[in-house]
Amino acid sequence: MLLYILKRLVAVTPVAFGVSIVCFLLVHLAPGDPLSAILPADATQQTIDDMRAAYGFDKPLPVQYLIWLWHVLHGDLGVSIATGRPVLGEVSRAVVNSLILASVATALGFTFGVLFGFVAGYRRNSLADRVASALSVFGVSVPHYWLGMVMVIVFSATLGWLPPTGAGPDGSGNWRPDFDHLRYLILPAVTMSVIPTGIIARTVRALVADILAQDFVEALRAKGMDELGVFKHVVRNAAPTALAIMGLQLGYLLGGSILIETVFAWPGTGFLLNAAIFQRDLPLLQGSILVLAMFFVLLNLVVDVMQTALDPRIERA
Amino acid sequence: MSVPVTAASVALDGGVVTAPEALPESGAFVASRGFWGHVVHRLVRDPVAVAAGAVILIVIVIACLSPWITPMDPYKGSMLRRLKPVADATYWLGSDELGRDMISRLMLGSRLSLFIGVTPVVIAFVIGSAIGILAGYVGGWTNTILMRTIDVFFAFPSVLLAIALSGALGAGIFNSIVSLTCVFVPQIARVAESVTTGIRKRDYIDAAKLSGASPLTIMRVQVLGNVLGPIFVYSTSLISVSMILASGLSFLGLGVRPPEPEWGLMLNTLRTAIYVNPVVAALPGLCIFIVSISFNIFSDGLRNAMEIRQ
Amino acid sequence: MSVIPDTPDPFIRDRGGPAQPLLSVSGLFKHFPVRKSGGKKQVVRAVDGVDFEVLKGETLGIVGESGCGKSTTAKLLMGLIERDTGTLLYDGQPVGERSMPWRAYRRQVQMVFQDSYASLNPRMTVEQSIAFGPKVNGVPGRQAVERARALLARVGLEPKRFAGRYPHEISGGQRQRVNIARSLALEPRLVLLDEAVSALDKSVEAQVLNLLLDLKQEFGLTYIFISHDLNVVRFISDRVMVMYLGRVSEIGPSDAVLAAPMHPYTRALLASMPSLDPNNRTQAALLAGDPPNPIDPPSGCRFHPRCSLAEPVCSQIEPPLETIAPLHRVACLARQPGSGHSAAPAGALAA
Repeated sequence: MLLYILKRLVAVTPVAFGVSIVCFLLVHLAPGDPLSAILPADATQQTIDDMRAAYGFDKPLPVQYLIWLWHVLHGDLGVSIATGRPVLGEVSRAVVNSLILASVATALGFTFGVLFGFVAGYRRNSLADRVASALSVFGVSVPHYWLGMVMVIVFSATLGWLPPTGAGPDGSGNWRPDFDHLRYLILPAVTMSVIPTGIIARTVRALVADILAQDFVEALRAKGMDELGVFKHVVRNAAPTALAIMGLQLGYLLGGSILIETVFAWPGTGFLLNAAIFQRDLPLLQGSILVLAMFFVLLNLVVDVMQTALDPRIERA
Repeated sequence: MSVPVTAASVALDGGVVTAPEALPESGAFVASRGFWGHVVHRLVRDPVAVAAGAVILIVIVIACLSPWITPMDPYKGSMLRRLKPVADATYWLGSDELGRDMISRLMLGSRLSLFIGVTPVVIAFVIGSAIGILAGYVGGWTNTILMRTIDVFFAFPSVLLAIALSGALGAGIFNSIVSLTCVFVPQIARVAESVTTGIRKRDYIDAAKLSGASPLTIMRVQVLGNVLGPIFVYSTSLISVSMILASGLSFLGLGVRPPEPEWGLMLNTLRTAIYVNPVVAALPGLCIFIVSISFNIFSDGLRNAMEIRQ
Repeated sequence: MSVIPDTPDPFIRDRGGPAQPLLSVSGLFKHFPVRKSGGKKQVVRAVDGVDFEVLKGETLGIVGESGCGKSTTAKLLMGLIERDTGTLLYDGQPVGERSMPWRAYRRQVQMVFQDSYASLNPRMTVEQSIAFGPKVNGVPGRQAVERARALLARVGLEPKRFAGRYPHEISGGQRQRVNIARSLALEPRLVLLDEAVSALDKSVEAQVLNLLLDLKQEFGLTYIFISHDLNVVRFISDRVMVMYLGRVSEIGPSDAVLAAPMHPYTRALLASMPSLDPNNRTQAALLAGDPPNPIDPPSGCRFHPRCSLAEPVCSQIEPPLETIAPLHRVACLARQPGSGHSAAPAGALAA
């Protein structure tokens, strides 16, 4: 098992390098000088050249990349142009908030997705099955930012039950696990959970239907096992894949939360990205994306290893 | 012994592959629909897919004709008639925050929304298929290098990648299309690669090699026809996501710029109106949703219809 | 007689006269690299030193269990996979060199695959599939289609009914007839049939076998017929070659090999064959277990772990393929004089 983890680590290294290159090049994709946002409009050529040298922009690209990578590997993601604070700190704070939101949404999505998936898989072509598959099509087709707006319209603007935006009553940027903060979490989390619900329901339905159609289930029933016993077998066989999908969904939600976080003004990475883009705060943009992408790569790795550990059918060689 | 030249065989004279549709209906053959004939035949028997296709068609027609058929000027606002509700006597679907007619703007908005949603998938279909088919057909090191590069892009969740590229490039329709194309090229390339690798191992490719055909001829005649179908179906399934993402970029202010009407952008500017006139505020999103789910359902129907015996 | 008149043959059909083998294979090797856990590089010895000849106008049957290298040999003969070493002489000309490039060779040697469905492009009508070969070889479109139709008629498929059909619209036997027609479209002299009838129903199989015999006669073809079914091989072959783990264990006239087998493996194969004669029931299985792993074949004679005649010497010496009767060659120490095996005949050539 340890050998397997090591192998996966080795395999993932080039991808991680590729990701860092893409993130590095993002800044250079941007039109104009990356310094234009902080240079005064009347800066002399001398000032511009000095600044370029100070930021290392006068060196050839590969050298700049290596210097940047060296800093990144030492935990230095640069300094935000807008706030003047280290990017790492800004991103870490935001990541915690995003992670809370994404985790709750994933948990909700997993619960409902598994529920619908099992019912649909056990009773194929029944009404429940049709409702579940309609729900999964809805989940992947609905623009979630619009769904968020509808949620706000219904539950905040019209019914007045829940707060429309923010993470807490004091307007603070940090979520805390108390009742007041929980109310703020409900709308964005439910909105966000629609996508994983649909995807997990679809996957679990297929898995369950597939397992139930296999010969070994027939054999279990033939030897007199009751339905509860059969159900346990189905769960054990479906679990590795379902959990893997759940893990990946967490990654997608974390990386794709920007639209929902914008709708609900949730102080997470999405919100941070939004700010970075509109203030043309390129170091912040670069840093946030690097952190999110690396998190996703790592999550993939963990999911992969866990799935292998759970599923004896996958060979570890 | 010589075979008499029939009308049908003359008609078949020409390219190596005669499109199945081009088979003469002269009665010389037992009626044979050909592959796409079967697909269409099965697709029209799927009422849900047909309905979704009809919705898409209607939206496309509206998009094409919108400059001439909008009931009012979609750009002309009125400070006195802002945010009228739905079913207003003048404004059938109400008016927006600047007093412009919603239905006219929604109709004209379908143009840009469809354009920025569909174009990236079309471009990505061309580029991604080319990369994937090349990697799959040539194999070896070419495959390894191309596919490992593609893997890097899979390390980004697609929403993040779209926003990162768009954010770095700056706002604008062109940049938003470029970013979304970059999101979909790797996905299509990966599917194209696996389909092509599968086809390449088929015996009929070996048989074609044995007949002395050049790799290019084999690619053109034997491979393309069999790989483009599955890649096409996969690509249609991406249109739904692309519509949502493209409008999402506009929603964030990264795509279409005011005053052009586009559903995502309209949704954004109407956010301030959710307390005054929530129904009107939600309308553009409803349009995105309807088109997106129609593409999804239609794509599913197409995939089912193509699952003829392989 | 050529099916299609007015088609000038660009090749001299026969060079060396009837006595020269149509195809001579010598020293053919193909090892596939595999990576086992632990990172050690190993090879599958799929074809491990094979020599044989195909005589003009004969049908050479190749038999053996699955994994013995029959299909790899077929693909090597067609150049579909590259050989590690070995020479192919086609009518005396070394294949793959300037005097006989692969392209020219393949116009004269064609192949029919086992899977009738996978070997036809699902998006082409049967007529298009058959006409493809002639077209890429410069036959004008109309003539190619005419040739395809004539061939369809010749393999028993009425062109009017079948020419425009797609592979999934016809039966397995009909598809295999189409594949045979396609293999003949370039007017080859040698046709390699790789398990070509194995997937068919017994009744259809018999029809297709008869068709193959007719076509052979009519077009003066030579066949290499690969199969695991000894009954079919006995029916169609003039000579039989038995393969075991990538090597030839016995080759000779089919009457001799199948009626009086010399190699214990051939005997075991014959004994395991189902018999229709109630008085001649199958004995207890002589062939137990699966063939050993071709990654790590047994030392000496590869068959010795499963052989009833095995002696210590068999695990030490790899038996060469030696002639022990006219045209009959066997790789077994028990049949070779002076081999050290106790059952070996004394004196030279004591067949």
